Amino acid sequence: MMRKNLARYALLVALAMALSWLESMIPLPGLLPGMKVGLANLVVVFALYRMSPRDAASISLVRVLLASAAFGSAYSFAYSLVGAALSLAVMAGLKKLDQFSIVGVSAAGGVCHNIGQLLVAAAVLETVRLGWYLPVLLASGTLTGAAIGAAGGIVVERVK
Amino acid sequence: MSRKRKYDLLLVAGLLLAAVILYLLLRPGGPGVWAVVTVDGRETARYALSEDRTVILGEENYNILQISNGKAAVMEANCGDHTCIRTGKISREGESIICLPHRLIIRIEGGVKPDFDAFVR
Repeated sequence: MMRKNLARYALLVALAMALSWLESMIPLPGLLPGMKVGLANLVVVFALYRMSPRDAASISLVRVLLASAAFGSAYSFAYSLVGAALSLAVMAGLKKLDQFSIVGVSAAGGVCHNIGQLLVAAAVLETVRLGWYLPVLLASGTLTGAAIGAAGGIVVERVK
Repeated sequence: MSRKRKYDLLLVAGLLLAAVILYLLLRPGGPGVWAVVTVDGRETARYALSEDRTVILGEENYNILQISNGKAAVMEANCGDHTCIRTGKISREGESIICLPHRLIIRIEGGVKPDFDAFVR
């Protein structure tokens, strides 16, 4: 059982890494700093629905560690870690509530990812005046999260 | 439409509505007057946007700030991510350029039109 899960973890972490890499390679025009599609979250959402919150957390943590080491910096690590942790905690909570489908859960997760990152930025910069960035990241997190959730729903349904 | 789908829609709509309301409250205002430089949360300098200039902020960790035609932009920096450069030109009240590795914020403020070029604190 453990061995079976190990292979699964490794596969999902590798997939998340590939998606992080893909995203860092293709800068989308018109995206402001901090905006991301969050392709790697597809894997986290999948793990949350097909495995367990604990499995999703492990995969997310390893993904953040490796992706920051490979494509980021110490700052992007702090950013990503807080964002990913907050996002996953909220998604796990909402999933348990069982009032929203995977789309709503993932949209809330996307927003929380961005809120977590803004919190780190505010702490590092010692200011709360990040101004109009907050609503812009709120909206982008909602939309990308919902899109990832819609895609995740299809994957969860088809992959057994 | 299932109950969950309805709640999904409500949630997404609610979040977007909150974003729009916050944006209207916090959006960049009219043309700014000052480019205010903050490091570690403390103001270190302010420059009038009306005066063209190029300044090197910091020493070991530097960001080169250029003010021209009433707009401020970071042209060059030795931080890792160069988010500050990619942010581009800013000129409206409330807009900011952020360099997280150097803990630097350049923020546009309004206020009275300055009679002198700049003062450094």
